[in-house]
Amino acid sequence: MSKIKGYLKTFLLWELWQGLSVTLRNFFRPNVTVQYPEEKTPQSYRFRGLHALRRYPNGEERCIACKLCEAVCPALAITIESDVSDDGTRRTSRYDIDLFKCIYCGFCEEACPVDAIVETRIHEYHMEAPGENIMTKDKLLAVGDKFDAMISADKAADAKYR
Amino acid sequence: MAEIQNFTMNFGPQHPAAHGVLRLVLEMDGEVIQKADPHVGLLHRATEKLAETKPYNQSVGYMDRLDYVSMMCNEHGYVLAIEKLLGVSVPLRAQYIRVMFDEITRVLNHLMWLGAHGLDIGAMTMFLYCFREREDLMDCYEAVSGTRMHATYYRPGGVYRDLPDSMPKYQTSKWRSEKEISKLNRIREGSLLDFIEAFTDKFPGCVDQYETLLTDNRIWKQRTVNIAVVSPERAMQLGFTGPMLRGSGIEWDLRKKQPYEVYSQMDFDIPVGVNGDCYDRYLVRVEEMRQSNRIIQQCVAWLRENAGPVMVDDHKVVAPTRLEMKDDMESLIHHFKLFTEGYCVPEGEAYAAIEHPKGEFGVYLISDGANKPYRVKIRAPGFAHLSAMSEMVEGHMLSDVVAVIGTQDIVFGEVDR
Repeated sequence: MSKIKGYLKTFLLWELWQGLSVTLRNFFRPNVTVQYPEEKTPQSYRFRGLHALRRYPNGEERCIACKLCEAVCPALAITIESDVSDDGTRRTSRYDIDLFKCIYCGFCEEACPVDAIVETRIHEYHMEAPGENIMTKDKLLAVGDKFDAMISADKAADAKYR
Repeated sequence: MAEIQNFTMNFGPQHPAAHGVLRLVLEMDGEVIQKADPHVGLLHRATEKLAETKPYNQSVGYMDRLDYVSMMCNEHGYVLAIEKLLGVSVPLRAQYIRVMFDEITRVLNHLMWLGAHGLDIGAMTMFLYCFREREDLMDCYEAVSGTRMHATYYRPGGVYRDLPDSMPKYQTSKWRSEKEISKLNRIREGSLLDFIEAFTDKFPGCVDQYETLLTDNRIWKQRTVNIAVVSPERAMQLGFTGPMLRGSGIEWDLRKKQPYEVYSQMDFDIPVGVNGDCYDRYLVRVEEMRQSNRIIQQCVAWLRENAGPVMVDDHKVVAPTRLEMKDDMESLIHHFKLFTEGYCVPEGEAYAAIEHPKGEFGVYLISDGANKPYRVKIRAPGFAHLSAMSEMVEGHMLSDVVAVIGTQDIVFGEVDR
């Protein structure tokens, strides 16, 4: 009896119809895809994207050129030169991150004792000319200034886990 | 009459079915393969040497990039080896988190494998369905580590951060109404554990869907049954591990045979195949996804009940918390020491192996007492599997090469290292 059943199933393409019923049911389910530029998938506040240098609320740069991030960077993507600034404090005269070398591991952010260098949730950026892959100090500070509210909120949300 | 000669054909390295940069030189007799000669090394990035030039804690990120579809498992092998040398024992909560993410990684890997294997031999829908589920697991990765793939989450001595209490949510847009958004966000209301639990509840149903599409399907069976049969004895001789070995009927799983972390307390079964062909290996991997799902459920239940530290409390190895570091001079010194020169590991050697989704992934470390490893050797399961390529495809048709590459679950990040 089961043999006949088996033959019948083979002859009637039973398992193919079953498979097609799965695809048919999924056809009428709501889409799981998103309309990307206008609509985005959820993004965690821990996201590690483009780097930024932060400032204190009074506008003073946080970075004190301790070079911990430079030392810990596994990809050697960070280059720092330090100098004494006009007000007599130790500051960076050069802070470059090569985005082509960076592996976005987040160690620089972890190492920074003053929360100056951070990785933000910005991931949609591009370069148009050779050399734009180098994030200079000015560019990094500009990112930090522009997205200050977002970065502060993200870091505050994550603070209790670190 | 002219003598008939075998035809030599080049397969890859830019072949979409070659799973990356595999180059096979095939010796064909008509459409039947006589010999296959895999050429590897096109993705060689000197990971071992790179790790030897850096302090121990800095190489974790490079381990992610070995087998780039099972990231956290690679990290796990590496940190286990360091912990073995250091003699550090990891807090229990960190062990559960690691086991949970190892299993999430296993599901991720097998979903990627199932989708790609299906696509290679003609089942395109599988690819779309598998990626639908992968997306949820990628969100787990992102919620916990901040990246969807290269997590850098495991650290010698534990895991970097505890699991987050909230999940990121969909934002409103012109494409969806409030109602649709709230429906999408329903499983994201709670913590990461709630999200993972919701996933484990629905996932067996998804695996049922995949099985309905493939397991009895006559086309699938024609492409996989009795293709690349490996006998149990031969599988052992060839150094197979993981689903490749279990597909041949040998019940070998490091999670059971030499349990690491908390696997000894987990309740799960090891599926084994009977015939050792592509179809059996497919069944083994699909069943492994179900078993991984069970392990994840057990971990979620435990993690809900038990809070605690996720890093050892030894600041010679693990950086102090941010608060301690800013408050206390000694902690600040530890912080600076750890992020500049790392830590010195006692002289000696250690081999740590884990049950990677693809097989036994081992890291062999030799320390000469410095802050960098003297030698790192990575035992990648894919390399042993690829070595058997010629034997597995011999006598099969050209189109079966694709099925064999699929069934071996080759990833070139780890083969070429």
